Amino acid sequence: MKSKFLQNFLSETGDISRFTARFFAEAFRPRYELSEFLKQCFFIGYKSLPLVAITAFIMGLVITIQSRPTLVEFGAEAWLPKMVSVSLVREIAPVITALICAGKVGSGIGAELGSMKVTEQIDAMEVSGTNPFKYLVATRVLAATLTIPILVVLADAVSLYGGYLGANIHGVVSWDLFWNQVFDTLAFSDIIPSILKTFFFGFAIGIIGCYKGYNSNKGTEGVGRSANSAVVISSLLVFILDLLAVQIIDLLKLT
Amino acid sequence: MIAQAQLNNRIDTTNDMPVIQLSHVYKSFGSNRVLQDFTFDLKKGENVVVLGKSGSGKSVLIKCIIGLIKPDSGTINVLGQNIPDLNHSQLDKIRAKVGFLFQSNALYDSMTVRENLEFPLRRHRANMTTNQIDELVREALNSVGLEHTVDMTPSELSGGMKKRIALARTLILKPEIILYDEPTTGLDPITGKEISNLMCELAKKYNTSSIVISHDLNCVKIVADKIVMLIDGKCYAQGSYEDLQTSDDEKIKLFFK
Ligand SMILES: Nc1ncnc2c1ncn2[C@@H]1O[C@H](COP(=O)(O)OP(=O)(O)OP(=O)(O)O)[C@@H](O)[C@H]1O
Ligand SMILES: [Mg+2]
Repeated sequence: MKSKFLQNFLSETGDISRFTARFFAEAFRPRYELSEFLKQCFFIGYKSLPLVAITAFIMGLVITIQSRPTLVEFGAEAWLPKMVSVSLVREIAPVITALICAGKVGSGIGAELGSMKVTEQIDAMEVSGTNPFKYLVATRVLAATLTIPILVVLADAVSLYGGYLGANIHGVVSWDLFWNQVFDTLAFSDIIPSILKTFFFGFAIGIIGCYKGYNSNKGTEGVGRSANSAVVISSLLVFILDLLAVQIIDLLKLT
Repeated sequence: MIAQAQLNNRIDTTNDMPVIQLSHVYKSFGSNRVLQDFTFDLKKGENVVVLGKSGSGKSVLIKCIIGLIKPDSGTINVLGQNIPDLNHSQLDKIRAKVGFLFQSNALYDSMTVRENLEFPLRRHRANMTTNQIDELVREALNSVGLEHTVDMTPSELSGGMKKRIALARTLILKPEIILYDEPTTGLDPITGKEISNLMCELAKKYNTSSIVISHDLNCVKIVADKIVMLIDGKCYAQGSYEDLQTSDDEKIKLFFK
């Protein structure tokens, strides 16, 4: 029972690694599927934007409201913008955005490629003189890798704005004061690593969604399962990568 | 064409070279032996129907011919090249000359009918102008009688319409060889007959050769120059419609009841 689970886990990990290796072997050689890539950037970026913005705004607002009582207790209310901005930019905005994208983008890619696989559309592409791995997988993985960091930057800005409103519910913090404090606190060493790690989040979401969809089988039931496990695995990977990123940043004394 | 029965015999190739030549093809999935020592020739201009029970490996057979499935052993010679030995770009050159109609239609859900038809053109004939492409799309849709659907998506079409669009997409490249996987399944008898006639017409007009998988005896009667029975993974028997219909073999009789 246990050994079976371990065996499945290891063989799946091996398959995903091979799939990733194939991505690097094929994605950067011509012919480049530029128009499909741009279309996917549009889908992944633009279509997820409202969802990401709303979540980021609410997270900024509630984190500020929740942090206030503790700071008031220590008479450190004036530190509110500092504290909130660090936690938002370093952790909350990147991770929440990545999770939302794992749900929306990961399941979308998994289901789309999965249904293309079971209805033989992927075979049809191959017969039509197209390398389906390049056309479908490479474009989606690259688009996810590049657009999710952009979404994170936007989420940073929107969540800080939510923080500003949150700080003004009880006390009064002027617009200038808030942003002065925020930018005094935030250094490049906060922003750059936290954005760098989101490239890895985006890559993980793209590659897992594609892997699950591209290898789905057993009819329509398999499509549902692909979408589902794409979300589960990529969400988990986001947390694991985040943990690794924090450890690395800590080791390099970038904090 | 050839009147006499040729059960279990290779047809003698007197005048022209075969365009497809399979010899001793084996393919199994795990312990499921699908093709076992399948040998068969398709001559230029010939329409061959493959008959066989569901699950006997007909779709696997034509997928091996187009290179979507690699056989375990044996040679598959298409237009003078052995398919299992070819690399991607060599395969693409062959595939531009071979049309393939999928059993499940395989229309691209995310594209309109027009984009579906343009896809193989843009891929295989990169240097075509937009005008030429438009013209070919119109012509292909016209031949299946569905010009009005050009801006619809596949989800808005009925099953039979999808089949006909898929047929148009297969024919748009004017291939030399066409592999049809159940072209008339799911169509009403009248449309089925029209499609069968269309297939015959094309074969005559452009001298195309084709392999047709079909359970529809009406279609078989119209299309087949020769019938191949795929039983137990082998080319069990071949011959004209009349030959096989009057055969005494129990396994063959079952198909013509
Ligand atoms: N990709 C695959 N992996 C494993 N087994 C397969 C695969 N494709 C086909 N098979 C098996 O090969 C056998 C033949 O399948 P095939 O699709 O060729 O049947 P068919 O003759 O086309 O039947 P039908 O008339 O129902 O379409 C089946 O037993 C099927 O389970
Ligand atoms: Mg079949």
